[in-house]
Amino acid sequence: MSFINYSSREINCKIVYYGPGLCGKTTNLQYIYNKTNPEAKGKMISLATETERTLFFDFLPLSLGEIRGFKTRFHLYTVPGQVFYDASRKLILKGVDGVVYVGDSQMERMEANIESLENLSSNLQEQGYDLNKLPYVVQYNKRDLPNAIPMAELEEALNPTKVPSFEAVAPKGVGVFDTLKAVAKLVLTELRKGS
Amino acid sequence: MIQQLVMYEEELQQINRICEVLHRDSNAKAVLVIDKNGQAMASAGDVQELDVTSLSSLTAGNVAATGGIASLLAEKEFAGQFLEGEKISYHVSIIGQRVILVVLFDGRSSLGLVRLRVRKASGELVGVLETMVKKSQSGAGQPSVFSEITDDDIDNLFND
Repeated sequence: MSFINYSSREINCKIVYYGPGLCGKTTNLQYIYNKTNPEAKGKMISLATETERTLFFDFLPLSLGEIRGFKTRFHLYTVPGQVFYDASRKLILKGVDGVVYVGDSQMERMEANIESLENLSSNLQEQGYDLNKLPYVVQYNKRDLPNAIPMAELEEALNPTKVPSFEAVAPKGVGVFDTLKAVAKLVLTELRKGS
Repeated sequence: MIQQLVMYEEELQQINRICEVLHRDSNAKAVLVIDKNGQAMASAGDVQELDVTSLSSLTAGNVAATGGIASLLAEKEFAGQFLEGEKISYHVSIIGQRVILVVLFDGRSSLGLVRLRVRKASGELVGVLETMVKKSQSGAGQPSVFSEITDDDIDNLFND
């Protein structure tokens, strides 16, 4: 749920990166954090285990500039991808304005991809959202790996509604900002529709 | 359609005033009002040295996790939380099921005093929040700026 502050002239939106364990959600945020000017970002917070697996969420506040005199602030969150953290994932989806689904391109992660996508859809439904109506983009990460599945197959399995999708190599930044820009645009377009 | 919560000048002033009175009367270091999704809405006291954005996000995460525990235990919610540190203590209460009121205090105050003052402030905040939600839903506060946003405005954000 976006929060609009007419007094301080700010629009605040929440974007959640979702996907199976080790698909690169945190890496997306880390890359954005490293490549953003200090004045445009806040502190990145990672609630992770000792082995750097996300335990609850990562959080990165980002300012994208002004629209008609309003500062646009995006709060980026990741969910923990591991299957048994489902209760935490549900909490993080509360109040979401836009979703990035990060898929893992590797053949052996296909089942985990599908399971995570179904989990996203059902968890959103539980919160009263419909994935088909929410600003939503798909990112296929790890495109540089030799066991990456061809794009057409990934699209067929993970993007049946043909939302905007992007190939990515998150540690190198390939596709990371394209994905973020696409979902941010959709969120702002949706805000306009709702006004 | 995205549900929006909109803060207008009038309600912000009222919330700020409630925060300032609570800050003063409870001898607190700082008072924060945060929406349940982690956006900071208002504050009073020594907030310059605080990372309010991060505090808001983590507090909302904490409240959400506590709410999850409550529902597992068949409780409606745990309306308050208190964390005691060596120098700073952190008192959290959920107001009108919608926003979170945080009071940070040190040895100059006490849990009893904070609880007492929070109770009074909570009642006042509920009233302001109800007005705010009604205004957000009806769009009665002022004409929305968003209907005028063009595709170019959105594209220009990303021209870097």
